Amino acid sequence: MKTKSFSVIGKALPKIDAMAKCAGETIFADDLYLPRMLYAKLLRSPHPHARVLGIRAERALALDGVYAVITGKDLPEKFGIMPSTQDEEALAVDKVRYAGDPVAAVAAATESLAERALGAIDVEYKVLQPILSIEEALASTAESQRIHAWNRRANIQKVVSLEFGDVGDAFAQSDHVFEGTFFYQGNTHLPMEQYCAVGFYGPDDKLTVWSSTQTPHYLHRALAKVLGISASRIRVIATPVGGGFGGKSDPFSHEICVAKLSMIARRPVKITLTREESFYVHRGRHPVKMWVKTGVKEDGTLAAMQFKTFLDGGGYSSYGLATVYYTGALQTVTYQLPAYKFDGVRVFTNKPPCGPKRGHGTPQPRFAMEIQLDEIAEKLGIDPIDLRLKQLVEPDTVTVNGLRVSTTGLRECCERVAERAEWKKKFRHLPFGHGVGFAASAYISGAGLPIYWNDMPHSGVQIKLDRSGGVTVFCGSIDIGQGSDSILAYAVAEEFGINPADIRVVTADTDLTPVDLGSYSSRVTVMTGNAALQACGKLKPMLLEVAGEALEIPAHDLEFADGKIRSASLPERGIAFADCVQKAEGKFGTLGATGSYWPPKNPRDFKGSGVGPTPAYSYSTSIVELHCDGATGQIKIDKVWIAHDCGRAFNPLLVEGQTEGSVYMALGEALMEEQIFRKNGLHKIPSILEYKSPTTLETPEIETILVETNDPEGPFGAKEAGQGPLLPVVPAVANAVYDAIGVRIHDVPITPDKILRALEGRLKPVSIPEFQFPPPIKWQPGEGVEVAQKS
Amino acid sequence: MTPKTKKNLTPGGKRLLRLKVNGEIREVATETNKTLLEVLREDLGLTGTKHGCELGECGTCAVLIDGTPVLSCLALGVESEGSEITTVEGLIQGGRPHRLQRAFADLGATQCGYCIPGILLTAKALLDKNPHPSRDEIRQALSGNLCRCTGYTKILQAVELAARS
Repeated sequence: MKTKSFSVIGKALPKIDAMAKCAGETIFADDLYLPRMLYAKLLRSPHPHARVLGIRAERALALDGVYAVITGKDLPEKFGIMPSTQDEEALAVDKVRYAGDPVAAVAAATESLAERALGAIDVEYKVLQPILSIEEALASTAESQRIHAWNRRANIQKVVSLEFGDVGDAFAQSDHVFEGTFFYQGNTHLPMEQYCAVGFYGPDDKLTVWSSTQTPHYLHRALAKVLGISASRIRVIATPVGGGFGGKSDPFSHEICVAKLSMIARRPVKITLTREESFYVHRGRHPVKMWVKTGVKEDGTLAAMQFKTFLDGGGYSSYGLATVYYTGALQTVTYQLPAYKFDGVRVFTNKPPCGPKRGHGTPQPRFAMEIQLDEIAEKLGIDPIDLRLKQLVEPDTVTVNGLRVSTTGLRECCERVAERAEWKKKFRHLPFGHGVGFAASAYISGAGLPIYWNDMPHSGVQIKLDRSGGVTVFCGSIDIGQGSDSILAYAVAEEFGINPADIRVVTADTDLTPVDLGSYSSRVTVMTGNAALQACGKLKPMLLEVAGEALEIPAHDLEFADGKIRSASLPERGIAFADCVQKAEGKFGTLGATGSYWPPKNPRDFKGSGVGPTPAYSYSTSIVELHCDGATGQIKIDKVWIAHDCGRAFNPLLVEGQTEGSVYMALGEALMEEQIFRKNGLHKIPSILEYKSPTTLETPEIETILVETNDPEGPFGAKEAGQGPLLPVVPAVANAVYDAIGVRIHDVPITPDKILRALEGRLKPVSIPEFQFPPPIKWQPGEGVEVAQKS
Repeated sequence: MTPKTKKNLTPGGKRLLRLKVNGEIREVATETNKTLLEVLREDLGLTGTKHGCELGECGTCAVLIDGTPVLSCLALGVESEGSEITTVEGLIQGGRPHRLQRAFADLGATQCGYCIPGILLTAKALLDKNPHPSRDEIRQALSGNLCRCTGYTKILQAVELAARS
C-alpha cells in the first residue's frame, strides 16, 4: 500500500529518546537506586594463570555491614554465550585464566565497605606458567600446560578448514600469485558507560536483574542455568546501554553474582565495575595473524584466494567459535571469487577473553585482503578501484562459499566515493607525505542463525492499540544508542500514518516484551522492523474494515495518512485514527497483534555454514586522505569519505551517525588503540588515559554518502548500518600511507614507530606460526546458481 | 580512593554540606571524602551527571562550577560550597530546553547519550564565553570529552547550530 512515498521513513527525524538523553533523564543501570540496596564488588585474580587452592572468606563476612560473600563453590555451573563452548564460571572454581578473572564477590552496605571486605578474603593460589601468545599456545601441547580441560587439543579452542572449489588448480592457472602476512592487534570497545547490573531476589521468590546488556534474552537463559532457577521466575530488564559495540553481548560474572548475592542477602544488590575492570571483562577485537595468498589473471581477474587466520582468544571461549568462522566467511561477498580456501584456528591464552567487537571477526581479514588487492593493482598497473569494479559480485547470486547476495550497491559505492574524493586526480599524484587510499567491504544485516538451535522467531513484536489513538509497541530489542527504539516507532508510525511521537515503545524486558535475540550482528533494524510490519499487517485490515463502513469507501481506496484513515482519491474524506480504533475495538474487541521474523533459510549444509548467511549484505567503500610525516612517522588524517549501501535509510540522520561512528572507531583501531599486556600477563594500559582513543582533535572531517538499494528482504528495503562502515576504513588508511610515503604496513595499529622502522627498512614482516591444519571440508559450489527474488 | 585533603577533615566523617545546585540551595549530611560526582548522584539524586572513569580521564562527569567546566570526579563535595553548580538537569529553564539540547536532539548528536551531559555543559561554557566559535575552537573545547558513538561529527555540527540559533 505504501510503496509510493513515505511520511516517516527516510526523514531526518530526531530519535524518540533524544530529548530524554539530552536532559539527563534517561535512567542507565547505575542510575538505579532501590530501597535497601547493597553494593557488590568482585575480587579478581592478580595472576594470569593459577590454581585456586583455597579461599577463606570468614574475616570478610564478619565485618559489620557485609551481608554476603560468595565464591566459585556457590556458582559451580558453567555458562557461556555459545552452547557448545560453555567454559566460563561466574567465580573461578579451581582455576583462574587471566589476571582479572573473578574469584569472589561481596555484598555490603556501601561500595567502600565492599571494597574493604575484599581485602579480608584470603585466596591461596598455585601460580602456573602463563601462556601469552598465539605461538606459545600452539606450542604448549602438553596436558600439564592446558588452560582448559574440556577442549580436544591442548590450548586450541577451534580449528576450521574449508575449501570451496579447487584452489590448487586455480592457483596453478593464475598468471600471478601474491602472498602476504598481516597482523591485526586486539583492541577493546571502551564504551563510556561502565558495566553495571542490579539484582533483586524478592519475597515472591522471583528474580529481577537490570543490566547494561546488549543481549537480555541470552542473559535470561544464563541466569536460569547457573542459578538453577526456572527461567519463568526470572525477569531481565536491559537498561538503556551507554555504548556497547559488542562488549556487552555476553552473559557476565557480575550479572550472575548480583543475582546470587541478592538471593542470599534478600536485598537488591548493585555492582558497577570500575574502568580498570572493564579492560579485564573485555570481549574485544581478537588479535589475529593472517597469511593470505591470491592468484590473479594478467588483467587482474581474481582466480583464487587462500586465507589462514590465527586468533588469540584469551582465557575463555566467549563468541570465539563464531569469530574464527567470521575471519573466513565474508571475503567472498564483495568480488567474484571462483575458488577459495580458508583455514582458521583460535587458541586460548591467559589474557582477558576476546569476543565480538563492531564487525566481529571480519575487520581483520578485510584489512589483509584489501591491502593485498592494493598491492596487486600496483603490481599490475591497474587503478585499485578499477581492479575491483571489473569483478564485483552481482546482485541475486550465490558466492563460491554458498552465501546468497540479494542486492548490492557496491558499484555505486565505489563510483561515488571516488567522485567525491576526486580519486583520479589524487591517487599517485600527491606529493611525498600526502596520500589517498581506498578499500571496500561487506557486512551482514543480522546473522542468519540464532546462537542456540531453535526454530522460534529471531524477533517478536507486539502492538497494542489504545482507544486514545496511542499505539504501544513491545519488543525485546535493546537500544544501545543505535536507535532501535526509534526504528520501531518509525516503522509503526509509517504503517498507521500517525506521528512517531504518538507511539510508546516498551523494550528489553523479558516479562513484558516478546523475545528479540539482541543488539548484535547488525540484526535489529531488519529483524524487529519486519516483525513490526507483520504485526501492523494484522491490525490494518480491522481498521480498514470499520473505516470503510464509516466512510462508505471501498478498502482499496483507503490509506493511512496524516493521523487518519482516508480516501486516497478524495483525501478530505477521512476518519481520525483514534476514532477508527474505537470503532474497531467496538466491533472486534481489544486490539492487539503480534509479528515475528525468521531470516531466510540457510541454503548451505556443511559444518560451519551457519556463519555468514544473512537476510542482506551491506556494502561500504572508503577513501582516506592523510598526511604522513616521514621524519616523525606521525599520521594526520585529513578527511575520510565513506559510502555505505544501507538498503534504504530508515532515518538518514541515524544512518549517518552510525557511519560516522564506525569511521571514528576504525581510525582508532588503525592508528592507536591496542589491548596489550606485559610479559607477566598484566594488562599494560588499563585506563582511558593510557589506552589511547581518538578525541575531537584526532577525528577528521567525515563525508558520508548513502547509497540506497531497497533490499527486498529489509523492512521498507533497509539493511544494516551499524558495523559495516568500520571495515573499509582501516585498510584504506594503510593503503593511503603507502600512497603517501611508499611503505606497506601490514600491522595495525599503524603507529609512528612502525612507520619509521618501515622507512628505514627495519620493519620485519609479520611472522606466521607453524601449524598443520587438518584436511579441509570441501564444498562444491553450484554453477552460477540463480536465486529468485523474495516475493 | 581516599583523598587526603584539608587537615580538619576526617576521611569518612560526615558534615552538613550546603550546595547551590541549578539555582537551588540543597543541604545534605554526607562524608567529607565524597567527590562532587558522588554527592550529586548519590546524595542529591541528580543522576544526570554520568561517570566513565572516576579518574579525570574521560570528561563524562563534567559539570559547571561558576560557569567553568569541572570534572566532578576530581572535585570534592566540600570544596564546592559557595559556588554555583550547574548540572545537566539545570539546562532546562522554565520547561524550555537549552538551545544546545534542542540542537543535539534535532541533529542526531546523541546516540547512547551517556557522554552527552558532560559535553552539553562543556559546550555551554564555551558558548557563554565565545558565542560564535570556529569549528577548531569547538574541537579544542571538547577535546577532553570522549564520545565512542558519534565520531564527534554531529556533536560539532550541533554546537555550531546552537551557536547560530
